[in-house]
Amino acid sequence: MPPDAPAPPAVTVERLVVERGGRTVLRDVSAAVPTGSVTGLLGPSGSGKTTLIRSIVGTQKVKSGTVTVLGEPAGSKRLRSRVAYVTQDASIYPDLSVKSNVAYFASLYGRDRRDAAAAIEAVGMHDHAERLAANLSGGQKTRTSLACALVCDPEVLVLDEPTVGLDPVIREELWAQFHGLASTGRTLLVSSHVMDEADRCDRLLLVREGRFIADDTPAGLRSATGTEDLESAFLHLIRAQDGSR
Amino acid sequence: MSPRITLITAGRILRQLLNDRRTVALILAVPALIMALISAIMEDSPEMFDRVGLILLGVFPFTIMFLLTSITMQRERTAGTLERLMTTPTAKMDLVGGYAIAFGTCAAAQTGVAAAVAYLWLGLDTAGSAWAVLLIAIATSVFGMALGLLVSAFAATEFQAVQFMPVLIIPQIFLCGLIWPREEMAGWLQGVSDALPLTYAVKALQQVQASSDLTAEMWGDLGIVAGAAVVATVLGAATLRRRTG
Repeated sequence: MPPDAPAPPAVTVERLVVERGGRTVLRDVSAAVPTGSVTGLLGPSGSGKTTLIRSIVGTQKVKSGTVTVLGEPAGSKRLRSRVAYVTQDASIYPDLSVKSNVAYFASLYGRDRRDAAAAIEAVGMHDHAERLAANLSGGQKTRTSLACALVCDPEVLVLDEPTVGLDPVIREELWAQFHGLASTGRTLLVSSHVMDEADRCDRLLLVREGRFIADDTPAGLRSATGTEDLESAFLHLIRAQDGSR
Repeated sequence: MSPRITLITAGRILRQLLNDRRTVALILAVPALIMALISAIMEDSPEMFDRVGLILLGVFPFTIMFLLTSITMQRERTAGTLERLMTTPTAKMDLVGGYAIAFGTCAAAQTGVAAAVAYLWLGLDTAGSAWAVLLIAIATSVFGMALGLLVSAFAATEFQAVQFMPVLIIPQIFLCGLIWPREEMAGWLQGVSDALPLTYAVKALQQVQASSDLTAEMWGDLGIVAGAAVVATVLGAATLRRRTG
């Protein structure tokens, strides 16, 4: 491939329809997540963000449409050590220490203790490594959960609201880290329901009521809607969508 | 399925248990103490203790491993760790195998302590070897583990998981010959008893009691218990879903 040719998207979603409990959660959505970027998945609670994320990591039953990750169908066996998923509520074992949690996930991915120690360091949990996860604060649990994903050095990292309830300093550090990973060619998809995080993303996917209402860069979104901040841009798009019904 | 990941999973489950010192103490000490209690109750009738005490050595690990597995697995399902594991290279049978090894080890330790107390201190007497008793107890405990795995799929909460004990475990204990000889039960109850795997664990134990050799009948009964454990394990593994709605 010539060096200037753009890499194919890391994640491609085509005409995805997902129903949960008789309700259509994702209504025929299509999008592409570019490789080597931080893409923000933004939208209110209940808009379908988690369902989309679960479809990408392959834990969601889909009704129709396709999700392709790194050229393979989402959730296929070969993707399981290349794609990591950080769930909304920290999915770690409360009765294990931070170190044991991360070491467990490290060994599942065939990584060693040094990788585990590096991941713990990367999320700033090295001072708490021996503590039981049950005794951690919410933010510390989230960081431990993140370390369990970082430890496999994934090509695609999917994070469901990873920064909720975190200290602003740590939030800043994590975002810097996300961009650091993206600059080495990793692809990150980060969901959030707070618009002030939108500006930290390279690209934005705005979701509302199971549909994408925007797929653009923050700057592109501003100029398209003629607004200064992204919160107003989102509002503008919602009104435009409601008006066209 | 990978033996490496199965062992890693077993190690993680054992580490979780070991971090809970009180549970470890209860698992190891309680059956031995209850054996001592039963022995004291039956002080004037050692042959009665030989019969009841021996059966209890099989019933304890069966019941306890059922409870431990149903609760730990129910937690994995609700805490999101199961969903997360399904996005890692862990196969379903790695997880189930890990549970079987971890709780089988746990049952071996529990039965080892209870049997040592019963044989060396309480004067339990069997014609056959205590090792055969240990083997039968481990097979029975793996069956209990598999049943626990299965019910965890039908329990929305830990509270519900515990409520399955009177449904699946207690009838087997009542009908296995522990509280009343099977030959003296009504014909239809004997029929029910014949269909319950715990009955064969008890029959195998009774063979060890009666004969100094490992009889073909004992191996046959043990085979039925092992077969039931395999069937329940496969059914339990089938309840683990990589994709959910």
